[in-house]
Amino acid sequence: MNKHVTPKLNRRTFVIGTAAAGAGLALGLDIPFGGPKVVRAADGSPEVNVWVVIRPDNTTVVRVARSEMGQGTLTGLAQLVAEELECDWSKVVTEYPTPGQSVARKRAWGDFSTGGSRGIRSSQDYVRKGGATARVMLIQAAANEWKVPASECTAANSIITHTPSGRTTTYGKVVEAAAKLEPPADVKLKDPKDWKIAGKGLKRLDTVEKTTGAMIYGADVKLPGMLNAAIKDCPVFGGKLKSYDEAKIAGMKGIKKVVKVGDSAVAVVADTWWHAKTALDALPIAWDEGENAKVSSESIANWLAEGLDNAQPAYIGNQNGDAKAAIASAVKKVEAVYNYPYQNHATMEPMNATALYTPDKCEVWCGTQNGEAAFAATLEASGLPAEKCEVHKLILGGGFGRRGMTDYVRQAVLIAKEMPGTPVKLLWSREEDMAQGKFHPVTQCKMTGAFDADNNLTALHVRLSGQSILYTVRPAALVNGMDTAAFQGLSPSGDAAIGYSVPNLLVEHSMRNPHVPPGFWRGVNVNQNAIYMECFMDELAHSVGQDPVEFRRKLMSKHPKHLAVLNAVAEKIGWGKPAPQGVYRGIAQVMGYGSYVAGAAEISVIDDGKIKVHRIVASTDPGYIVNPAQVERQIAGSFVYGLSALFYGGCTVKDGKIEQTNFDTYDSMRIAAMPKVECVMVPSGGFWGGVGEPTIGVAAPAVLNAYFAATGKRIRSVPLKDQNITFA
Amino acid sequence: MANLTINGKTINVDVEDDTPLLWAIRENVGLTGTKYGCGIALCGACTVHVDGVAMRSCGVTVSEAVGKQITTIEGLASNGALHKVQQAWVANDVPQCGYCQSGMIMAVAALLNEKPKPTDQDINEAITNICRCGTFQQVREAIHAAASA
Repeated sequence: MNKHVTPKLNRRTFVIGTAAAGAGLALGLDIPFGGPKVVRAADGSPEVNVWVVIRPDNTTVVRVARSEMGQGTLTGLAQLVAEELECDWSKVVTEYPTPGQSVARKRAWGDFSTGGSRGIRSSQDYVRKGGATARVMLIQAAANEWKVPASECTAANSIITHTPSGRTTTYGKVVEAAAKLEPPADVKLKDPKDWKIAGKGLKRLDTVEKTTGAMIYGADVKLPGMLNAAIKDCPVFGGKLKSYDEAKIAGMKGIKKVVKVGDSAVAVVADTWWHAKTALDALPIAWDEGENAKVSSESIANWLAEGLDNAQPAYIGNQNGDAKAAIASAVKKVEAVYNYPYQNHATMEPMNATALYTPDKCEVWCGTQNGEAAFAATLEASGLPAEKCEVHKLILGGGFGRRGMTDYVRQAVLIAKEMPGTPVKLLWSREEDMAQGKFHPVTQCKMTGAFDADNNLTALHVRLSGQSILYTVRPAALVNGMDTAAFQGLSPSGDAAIGYSVPNLLVEHSMRNPHVPPGFWRGVNVNQNAIYMECFMDELAHSVGQDPVEFRRKLMSKHPKHLAVLNAVAEKIGWGKPAPQGVYRGIAQVMGYGSYVAGAAEISVIDDGKIKVHRIVASTDPGYIVNPAQVERQIAGSFVYGLSALFYGGCTVKDGKIEQTNFDTYDSMRIAAMPKVECVMVPSGGFWGGVGEPTIGVAAPAVLNAYFAATGKRIRSVPLKDQNITFA
Repeated sequence: MANLTINGKTINVDVEDDTPLLWAIRENVGLTGTKYGCGIALCGACTVHVDGVAMRSCGVTVSEAVGKQITTIEGLASNGALHKVQQAWVANDVPQCGYCQSGMIMAVAALLNEKPKPTDQDINEAITNICRCGTFQQVREAIHAAASA
């Protein structure tokens, strides 16, 4: 078990501890005298079930399979287990089960994937049942000892009380007996309105280590005898490594080996990473760049623009009525073309993984959003079977979707395979991280709206053209070739449903896949789709002289949850009331990841080119809220990520390569530009939506609509830096 | 070879003179709380104190650091008690992924040494660290909390 949050953790015991766990010592079967099986954690404490280990001192160890990358899921999932378990929250610690252990136990911990804002919503049911099941077993064990009916006993704060007699015992005292009991077939979960631990803004469980420098990220792993590697992959995607001149760096300090990695990359392995990186920078490398070297941002933009032509084939993602006919015969027509660029995740911690390979065992230490995918990559790259592989997950220095990919894991294993018995840590430079991203895809969109003589919107045609993520990343998820995720926020139903009813609607996608590898980037397709829809809604409203909120409301009567968050934001920002002198407002709403969100911005603009974002109001209805303090932080953070992309982002392609190399050319928002973010949470219950991503969708359109209100100028292209607009 | 004084201890490190202080701290001294983010002194994840001044250690060479008092995040607490900035960080639950926070905390600690009661404008000018998670709202609150602690 990787223990990342324990009271007295120091670096040395951490690394040794995880190394020991990797040797398969974490779990053992204890079958005394042929009795019931008890599975034990590394320290000998019994599992009540896979989610709950209780130590004799009443410490509750909650297992969390999803990854913690800052979003607070680690704490939220522990709250849900603890709520049902009725344990003492002050004695809760968490552990990551390893993917290898999970596979060996028939996927006992279920899905490890942590993306799509699924961390809590997709596992809440079974982790709560895990907590409830353990509680029932612990109470039963106490009742058996007292020879009383379990129904006469209650549990709270890790203490079990026999109500009639007043006798008490603790979880730590009965856990050995509880672990031998058959789990109940069915358990009843609490009504969320009775929650005491869940639903509260409790402090995160991982904060102290993150303020003292003690938290170990993948980049910080140390193993005995470990070497360090720096890598360069062909900067033109799809290109190959032709040759490198190792003799030119012979004699440079610390070099141990130069390794070809796959058919497109070369790595230098050295005693320190600084030596490895210095030597790699000096290594002459020749690439076979191939045809993709002819591709540029301009050629991509031209290709996508062709896809806006209705004569080109397109997948239909949502349709009712006959939008094309209604537009053709409309009294009034409004049309606008928008675009959204590639974006790099730019996690603060560059990609990295440490691997130790021998013909009998391959172990990997890394931050990953998907432990099982990292495990699969380890198997594939090492060529070893599952029982000879293990992945030890570490806390992530940012994920945002990038660490759901396993390219860096594969590379680390391939390098380690060239040096059997020696652990090698592969760390990407920031420049490599910028060059070898899995980029938020590029798209364009032609929006067309039609009105009747009474200024009613009669038709809306959304014509998307651009890259599909699933086409490259998960082709099996395409539906007859169509990427349904391309319609996030515009879908007829589901967890990213459109919030407007228009008599004639057509939403379609002309798929065009340039060679730049796409990836899931916080908010994914909600980002651009919300700009297209919400900025155009603003355009439509202004084109008929209507208030943008009133205009939307008329289209939203059949979408009460979408409307509720829009109304919540409008009220809180003071929509319809005078703003302070020189301050202008914009608003947007969207649904994504099962949650309904809206946002409004108050900005002022100096000389047309400098925007001061004073205030953001954001609302969310994710159904249930497990930790409001963390939800608030996710919302505020999503605006930082979204506005960084709007103002400073955008990755461009020249000669087939990404041009941006570091934060000097791909800047990120600083504290000076941070607006005050106010959250209005309106959880309506009955469903579980995500939190980490949805609100990013409203960040850009709210600000862009406010910019129009301030200047009368419509911006339909991202990033703003390309139009000489920046933060004031 | 160079003698570096880090967190009050003098340590002999076997590195070239032009090695960035960041990498000497992380790889030769073994203190990994100081993070690599960009290598071009832009993001601030590697911020340490050099003679009490917040500096981006990826942009300082080992030879420039010789003879100076270097403090890293691991040396900020004293006598087993967290520094008031760290305490404010814990009380305000500031970190998300946490990777940038060592540098952020070091930058703030230096700011408070210079300006014990910084205004929002002082904060805007002095704290230029990048945080991709977007903790800035909590960072600002925690700075004011630490200043009034």
